[in-house]
Amino acid sequence: MTALAKAMPQLVTAEPLMRFDSLSKRYGPVVALDDVSAHVYPGEVLGIVGESGSGKSTLLRMMNLQESPDAGTYALDLPDLPPNLFDLDRFERRMLCARRIGIVYQNPHQGLLMKNSSSGNVAERLLIAGERRFHVLREKARGALDASEFPLDRMDAPPVELSGGMQQRVQLAKAIALEPALLLLDEPTTGLDVSVQALVLDTLKRLQQDRRMTMVLVSHDLGVIRTMADRVMVMRQGKVVEEGLADQVFQDPQHAYTQQLVHAKL
Amino acid sequence: MTLASLTRPWRAFSYGFLDASAKREMRRKMIKAVAVPGCQMPYASREVPIARGWGTGGLQVTLTLVNPKSVVKVIDQGADDSVNAASIRRFLTRVSGAGATNDTLAASLIQSRHRIPEEKLRADQILILQVPNPEPLRPVEPNMSAARQMHADADYGRLWLTLYEQIVRSGRVMQGASYPSMVNGRHVMSPSPIPRWDVPKLHMADHLTILSAGREKRIFAVPPHTRVEPLVFDDVPYRVEDHAGLTCARSGLTGYFMNEIPQDGGGSAHEVSDSELGVKAIRRAEGEDPEIGATWYVDGEMQR
Ligand SMILES: Nc1ncnc2c1ncn2[C@@H]1O[C@H](COP(=O)(O)OP(=O)(O)OP(=O)(O)O)[C@@H](O)[C@H]1O
Ligand SMILES: [Mg+2]
Repeated sequence: MTALAKAMPQLVTAEPLMRFDSLSKRYGPVVALDDVSAHVYPGEVLGIVGESGSGKSTLLRMMNLQESPDAGTYALDLPDLPPNLFDLDRFERRMLCARRIGIVYQNPHQGLLMKNSSSGNVAERLLIAGERRFHVLREKARGALDASEFPLDRMDAPPVELSGGMQQRVQLAKAIALEPALLLLDEPTTGLDVSVQALVLDTLKRLQQDRRMTMVLVSHDLGVIRTMADRVMVMRQGKVVEEGLADQVFQDPQHAYTQQLVHAKL
Repeated sequence: MTLASLTRPWRAFSYGFLDASAKREMRRKMIKAVAVPGCQMPYASREVPIARGWGTGGLQVTLTLVNPKSVVKVIDQGADDSVNAASIRRFLTRVSGAGATNDTLAASLIQSRHRIPEEKLRADQILILQVPNPEPLRPVEPNMSAARQMHADADYGRLWLTLYEQIVRSGRVMQGASYPSMVNGRHVMSPSPIPRWDVPKLHMADHLTILSAGREKRIFAVPPHTRVEPLVFDDVPYRVEDHAGLTCARSGLTGYFMNEIPQDGGGSAHEVSDSELGVKAIRRAEGEDPEIGATWYVDGEMQR
């Protein structure tokens, strides 16, 4: 925290946008999350790294209110919300997520209706939020796809006919269509080839800079985290083993596991 | 050994064919359906002597409602004289002693497949629609438990998305029959495969409409004076079929829903789909004076 205060004093004075405390989750004998706490400040990118099975996706699903923990709380500093979002019922959660939280999944099948048009996938978000004007749906879908640097001449093509990189851009457009307070990204570029991955990351970076969008980015790829994240959280076996400013964690990893990760990468 | 010794002794059917407990269930489910307009209520759906998919849902409702003073009209896509309509009508009168009619004005119960008569229905009449697919969400959500959850949440965005896709692809809403419609501002129903032309007739109507799917075992209702609003975008108005300017080749009627009759050598003629209305017009032209009621549409315009 001292290093963070030195590097980004404005962050420390601001209230966190998101905060979760002591989240724990078990699946039978598997401990997916073990007493995980974290916070995210407005406009920052929090990177979460960790090996397969370390609980990254589970944590993200909770931030997206798709699942509830066995214990712990989750708060967003937005108007009219309870101190613990897990107190919301299923319907309230759905409305909150539709309006204020965007998510991009690693697997486009999870986030997209593959046979609907790409613009329709984006429009669906707006429909959930109650938009009922066709021309507004159309314009906003076009705007979001454009911001995601999706080729607009393909905007009515269904995702099944698109490349993986383009599918991720449709997911991204859908996620940002309502200008969410929080954008969650679960391995958004995994499975894309390196050059496409770089382009999608460029888009994400540009979006982040233009809109000061608050993001949580999950990846097992340290390179991706390094290009994107302001702060990094390292997870292992459901626990946070290290947390800090990205540069600091990468240059001077404290935990043995992080050292191993960083050196394996270098 | 005779046939008589091999079969069970003759026993009378219950009045109106269905046994009392089946009818009690139907009545309870109909009351529930009226209490929550547009919400699908499950029911047991008994066997009746026609095949599933041929109007068993509607028939069970009619059998429950019918009494010796009832006058029943049965139509199939507007026609009283199709084989199926005629069989159902004969069966109904045989098991209930009710009267039968082709005249919409004279009927107290109207069982219909896929049309609503053109003459306005009154508060003392009940329209029973046969429903093949009661679930408007089925095309967008094949998992029925998920669909029920969507109804509970009034989560109908995906239906609008379907309309969005149609406009994007074809420049207009292509959905013809079974146009999804919001009932009483809460539940979206599929109004059975009636044409778009007929949907506005359900809105704030004087009569009760009961919709029943025998194969799918679901019953729902539009009570009198209830809002029925087809799903539309604010800036893309609802449009009924373009039949306002067509003239019936047999009766000379104009401004009603028509059947298209392809002609030898290309082209097509039209006949008014509500066949009894056509018959009345022809009788009037021949000098008789049958009573023709007020119609929902006048000169092809829906009257509000
Ligand atoms: N729905 C579930 N039912 C049972 N076990 C689960 C479930 N979801 C996650 N787990 C288990 O919880 C642990 C954490 O899983 P999680 O998907 O969060 O890991 P991850 O860090 O995202 O891994 P990866 O990098 O492979 O995506 C794993 O052991 C996983 O098997
Ligand atoms: Mg994962």
